[in-house]
Parts: sequence; structure tokens; C-alpha cells
Amino acid sequence: MKTSLRRVWGLMYRHLALFRRSWPRVVELMYWPILQMVVWGFVTAYLAGVQNNVASVAAGVLIGGVLLWEVAIRSQMGFAISFLEEIWSRNLGHVFVSPLRPMELVAALVGMSMVRMFVGVLPALGLAFLLYGFGMWTMGPVVILFFAGLMMMGWAVALGVTALILRHGAGAEALAWSVLFGLTPFAAVFYPVAVLPDWLEPVALAIPAAHVFEGMRAALLEGRIAWGHLAACFALNLVWLGAMGALFLGQFRAARVRGALMNIGE
Amino acid sequence: MQAALIVEGLSKTYPRRDRPAVDGLSFSVARGATLGLLGGNGAGKTTTISMLLGLLVPSAGRILALGHDMATDRFAALARMNFSSPYVALPHRLSVAENLRIYAHLYDVRGTEARIAELARDLQLEPFLHRPAGELSAGQKTRVALAKALINRPDLLLLDEPTASLDPDTGDWVRSWLERYRAETGCAILLASHNMAEVARLCDSVLMMKQGRVVDRGSPGELLARYGRDDLEEVFLDIARGRGVGREIEA
Repeated sequence: MKTSLRRVWGLMYRHLALFRRSWPRVVELMYWPILQMVVWGFVTAYLAGVQNNVASVAAGVLIGGVLLWEVAIRSQMGFAISFLEEIWSRNLGHVFVSPLRPMELVAALVGMSMVRMFVGVLPALGLAFLLYGFGMWTMGPVVILFFAGLMMMGWAVALGVTALILRHGAGAEALAWSVLFGLTPFAAVFYPVAVLPDWLEPVALAIPAAHVFEGMRAALLEGRIAWGHLAACFALNLVWLGAMGALFLGQFRAARVRGALMNIGE
Repeated sequence: MQAALIVEGLSKTYPRRDRPAVDGLSFSVARGATLGLLGGNGAGKTTTISMLLGLLVPSAGRILALGHDMATDRFAALARMNFSSPYVALPHRLSVAENLRIYAHLYDVRGTEARIAELARDLQLEPFLHRPAGELSAGQKTRVALAKALINRPDLLLLDEPTASLDPDTGDWVRSWLERYRAETGCAILLASHNMAEVARLCDSVLMMKQGRVVDRGSPGELLARYGRDDLEEVFLDIARGRGVGREIEA
């Protein structure tokens, strides 16, 4: 039997139906991106008000960084939390004895990650424009590539987190919320990679998001597209997705040997 | 005609455990037959069912489900199998219809809404079809779990204590329904249960398990005659307390 889009949709439908029945879940998706945007928007407004024009442009880079970083965070959390929802509802036993393949499960989680990310981030983007006059689209069509690069990185991290949940059970679930925040200092969200100590720069340059944010600063401050950074971002994403996908499949197989799929919620 | 389920030399030793949870299990279930899997806690029933469902990789042995080797072709088999257990929940916040729709998609069932309507009529789900699954009574939940297990019209059905925590009337209703379904469809059923009356009524043959091994097997009538008892519960107790006839046939 081949991969079935219907099975992928079946698992996505389960999560979408849950959102339809629970408006607090929808509000929760939007809450943090909007809160982050409002706080950093005021910081940006303050800097623009008391500094000269150059600082004003630079301040726009801060709010752009916040909003784009939310794309990666919401993509990662959307994937990992959708998986955790199956554990919390003790439904995984039914899911894993259905003909749903592991890669179909991953495809459904990627689909839900996209839904959760857009529902969470798009209102923040709209409010950033209404409240502070910051439009992400001023960077041009390249912003679509920035979104894609950060979403892919979010999925790679989420695959790693999900693999750890398969290995360590629900005890590893805190990683679903925290792991990407831990990468923030090295992802060059608010400052260039060159600011980091020399020994730390290779670490930052191995993170796809660092190249997106270098590209964002090039677009906002210099009005150019940093194709080299974009190429590095997507190449790194392919490497990380491959590595984390292999880790996930390896842990899935190991969980079937240990019997962990039978009681993963415990 | 090949049996619906053939199990040969099935064993499972969990990592870092000395003793196998299941040790050299062999049996088959013919199409249209019901096999009962009996044993006390820790006998290896759950481990066996988990291996049959592909949740757990055996340490040794082979499972042929509906002609498909579970080691190499489990998804083809799983599409024609299904499973029900009161210990595995369905999402509580979703309605019964939404839950059934999810599994209709996962099992690639054509004519989803018609199939849900048919099951709702047959299993008397209509009064609560649009209520959240978490708000149902134990009897209603059991019928919903059964509907989920039948959504893909399985040729092989694995039932883990299908009438646990049900009142006698509802339990009897479920057993009658299963008897009728099997007669009409020719579905093979593997039933794990602690309810000996249920096993005696539904099963053509029974495997008695203890510490991962089959210690006796036969039809309910054969077991009663062999142990000189009036009901299967007494046979179960004889085996569990080591008062058996010493036939540990697999040992």
C-alpha cells in the first residue's frame, strides 16, 4: 500500500476538530506571538523615538527578528505539541495499530504545525503593521523563503524532540516548549553572528535560523537579498531534517522493541 | 483455506529482563472462529496482543495475519484488522461521530458517512452520536469502541476485555452482537478476557497462558472435561493455583 493523503488528513482532522470545539486552544495559539510582538514593538517605538533615523531602522530589525523567530518556535511547538496531544488523550495505541505509517504521522504533524504557526503568527503580523507600521512584506517576496527556512528548522527540531519523547516518554515533554528558546542566543535573532565570540560563530552558522536572520538584516538594512545565506539555510535544513528524521525513525523502531508504544503516556 | 491468524514460536523478552514475557507461543485462528486468550495478570496476554498488532517487535517467531507477515508487511494486515480495548481511550472532547470519522480516514474507508450511519444504527449509537465521547457512560463507550473497531469491516478483530466494567445486561447485549457479527461476516476474533462465562459462550477454542507459556488449550467443553469441572472459572483457578492436570503441553 502506498502513502495515503487520506490517512494524513485523518490525523489532521482529529486536531482541527479539537480546535473547533475549544476556542481557548485557538486563543492560546495567538497569545504568545502577539504578546512578544507588543513588548518588542514598544521597545522598537522607544528606540525610534529617542534615537536618530539609523537607529530607527535598526529598531525595525528587532521587531522583524521577533516575528520571524516566532515562525520557527510556533512551527516546532505545533509539531511537537500535536504529538503530545495524542499521548495526553491516551489515543496513541489506536493510532499506532491503524495502517498509518510513521512518515504519514510526520506529514500530519507537519500539516498541523503549519496550521498552528499561521493561526498564531499571522494576527501578530497584522497587529505589528496596525500598531507600529512594521510590515514584514517590506522585505519583499524573499520573506516567503525566510518563512520556509524557519518552518523547516522548526520541524527538524521537533523531530528531535519527538524522538526524545519516544525514548524517554512524557518525562521529556518539557522539551517541546523549551528547546528552541535555548537556541535563541546562537540563532543571531537580534544581532549579527559577528557579535558572537570567534569560537561560538561556527555553532551559530550551523543553525539554519542564523542565516535567515543575517538575510533579514541584509534585506532591511541594505535592501539586498543575501542568496549565500539563504542557500546555506536550506542546505543546513536538509542536513538537520535528514539527521533528525533518522533519529525519529530509529527511536520509533526502538520503541517497538522495548514496548514503549504500549505505555508511552506513563 | 489459510487461517486468518497463524502464530509460530512467538517469543518476547523485554530488554534488561531475564525471563521472557511470552515464550514459544504457537496457535492459529480460522476464519469465522473465535479464540480465547486466558491467563492471570502477567501471563503474557497484553504482550501477545501487542505483537499481533505490530506495536511490539517479537524476539523470535512469526506472525501471519490474513496472509501478511507482520515483520515485513504489517501495514497491509493492519488495514484489514482492528482492535478494541477499554484501556485505550478515544479523544474525549471529540464527538462520537468525529472520532469515527477520524478512524474511517485512517483506515481509508470509502463512504465514510454511510458507514458511520450504518454502525450508529447497528450499535444503537444514534442518541449520542454528536455528544463528546468523554461524556458517555461505560456501556456507551464500549459500544463506541466497538464501532471504531468495526469501522473498516475487519477480517480479524482483536478484543481485549470487551465487556469489562459493563453491567450484565449491556455485557450480554455486546456478546450477542459479536456472535451475530461473526456469523454474518466470517470475521475471525481473538478475545482476551477475564470473564469466563463470556469465553465459554463466544470462543470455539481457548488458550490458557501462564508466565508467558501456553499451559493448556482446547475447546471450552474439552477443558471442562479434562479438569472435571463445571465451569471455566474453576479450570482457570486450577491452572492459576497449580492444581492443573499437569499438562503444561507447551512446556
